[in-house]
Amino acid sequence: MQPFTTHTGTAAPLRRSAVDTDQIIPAEYLKRITRTGFEDGLFVAWRTNEPDFVLNQPQYADATVLVAGPDFGTGSSREHACWALLDGGFRVVISSRFADIFKNNSTKSGLLTVVLPQADVEALWQAVEADPATPVTVDLGARTVSYGDTTVPFEVDEYTRWRLLEGLDDVGLTERHLGDIEAFEDRRPAWLPKALPALPAG
Amino acid sequence: MPKTLAEKVYDAHVVRSTAGEPDLLYIDLHLVHEVTSPQAFDGLRAAGRPVRRPDLTMATEDHNVPTLDVLAPIADPVSRAQVEALRRNAAEFGIRLAPMGDRDQGIVHVIGPQLGLTQPGLTIVCGDSHTSTHGAFGALAFGIGTSEVEHVLATQTLPQYRPKQMAVTVEGELPEGVSAKDVILAVIARIGTNGAAGHVIEYRGSAIRALSMEARMTICNMSIEAGARAGMIAPDETTFAYLQGRPHAPQGADWDAAVGYWRTLHTDEGAAFDTEVVLDAAELAPFVTWGTNPGQGLPITGRVPDPADLADDNERRAAEQALAYMGLTPGTPLREIEVDTVFLGSCTNGRIEDLRTAAELLRGKRIDANTRMLVVPGSIGVKQQAEAEGLDRVFTEAGAEWRGAGCSMCLGMNPDQLKPGERSASTSNRNFQGRQGKGGRTHLVSPSVAAATALTGRLTAPADLEMAGV
Ligand code: SF4
Repeated sequence: MQPFTTHTGTAAPLRRSAVDTDQIIPAEYLKRITRTGFEDGLFVAWRTNEPDFVLNQPQYADATVLVAGPDFGTGSSREHACWALLDGGFRVVISSRFADIFKNNSTKSGLLTVVLPQADVEALWQAVEADPATPVTVDLGARTVSYGDTTVPFEVDEYTRWRLLEGLDDVGLTERHLGDIEAFEDRRPAWLPKALPALPAG
Repeated sequence: MPKTLAEKVYDAHVVRSTAGEPDLLYIDLHLVHEVTSPQAFDGLRAAGRPVRRPDLTMATEDHNVPTLDVLAPIADPVSRAQVEALRRNAAEFGIRLAPMGDRDQGIVHVIGPQLGLTQPGLTIVCGDSHTSTHGAFGALAFGIGTSEVEHVLATQTLPQYRPKQMAVTVEGELPEGVSAKDVILAVIARIGTNGAAGHVIEYRGSAIRALSMEARMTICNMSIEAGARAGMIAPDETTFAYLQGRPHAPQGADWDAAVGYWRTLHTDEGAAFDTEVVLDAAELAPFVTWGTNPGQGLPITGRVPDPADLADDNERRAAEQALAYMGLTPGTPLREIEVDTVFLGSCTNGRIEDLRTAAELLRGKRIDANTRMLVVPGSIGVKQQAEAEGLDRVFTEAGAEWRGAGCSMCLGMNPDQLKPGERSASTSNRNFQGRQGKGGRTHLVSPSVAAATALTGRLTAPADLEMAGV
């Protein structure tokens, strides 16, 4: 995973709430079996059908920070939603509330999700609508979002922050605890279900 | 200390717990399908890792599978490549796969319970948000992303933070014609599409206890539509009766040991919930959605709401965008909305009881001439059972299409899709924009509302049929 320390870029104001994963990337774009190349599906319905959709506006075309309404990423567990945002050039999504699975996936794929109070989101919307060239800096080390004269703090748990700063992948970290896993397996009752072998229908 | 059901299952699976780090949770059952797994297997290959517990892993083909000509190769080359990747990966890593045409094939959340793999007290994950379905058995079951799929394949564990606890209590008796689907749509309308974020919901109360296993699955299935990490129902005699004799359920002395443990899986007197929601079963009615998220629903007797009545800016904007997409005018009675397509199926309502309920309303009748109805069983097992009961004939004689098993029009990854502007009444779980096909408009309904709607061509509750002279 790509480490995340600090990022500065311009921001796109996405004034929509409950942006679900089917809007971020529809199912037909999930058929690829690679981990990259999902930018063509990113918000494709809105990009196609709504000429004034924020990402169709040239002043926001190069944005790397997405500032969305509440409840971003509801719906499916598709990590493709994070990959599509990354492939589409975004490194950070800011919202007052994320869906759990989306947030989880983001921390595994190196996309930073930043939770800010809705009032801070509104202020950021206004700032980048007034001047789309406003640089926005997201500093994971300091846990702050800054633009113009404004700096607002955000919360992120220490463990996730450390993993993102270091770009560590979870599997390697868990493998350090193989002994604990084996000990747990020794304690599991024998009657717990197994998928193998296949048994005849009852 | 008294514990909730979810806490008991969670605590029983903690492999390792250290302050300042997530807990490491052991996973008893990992279900896999073709869409969210290819990149995970690639990750294993790149790192030279095996699947740690192939015996606790089961794969099926469901999202891409056509529901016509199921034994022919998939026509869409991209869908075919994805299914073939799963076949290669299952063979290479030694995982059991139920491919198209196999007697155990079906939607991942339908086959787990059907095979008896889904059992009380287990931790179950799948790269699919509707894994919450399995919570109906008192399992802690939740959807994960592809990186986590890789993590579980490699280690049979997942780093997790302790969830918050929510109780949704439904007391009393459900009125005639009101089903589990209506209960969960009412819950989501009440708490919102992300209202249970960070929580495991436990559904409780006499109305929940009275439900069949399949109805309980319908409820738990849609927990994710309220943003919950999982949904659970305490196992009871209904659960045990459903499981006994299924292929992978314990037998003999093992069965007794298992039931002995399962009986301990309930929320203790005095256990604390972080959030509580109470619904009166008697006040519930058949529900339909009018908007583009599952929280935008109302009793079918209602009217399309007016966004201007909403005080909250974000909600008003969301309602305006939803109505524009849905092509609906505020004030229109929901029962006057005409549909082109009725979809009966999905992991929410594609089980045998759902098909029976719909068939009962259609028996001996013809569906509306301008409406097409697709009936897609959730699995080959459900399909065979329905055919043994003659339900397929009831559907086809009524003018509906009887299809092969899979996800189908729930998300339209196969050819079963709405055309732009087409409107459906669907027993699935998501009415998101474009979910059932580009530009398609979805109204979520129960199986009985789906059948009644097919008969009239407009959103219709079974109770309205007599009035409509059908
Ligand atoms: S039926 Fe629909 S919701 Fe269920 S697993 Fe398939 S696509 Fe997902």
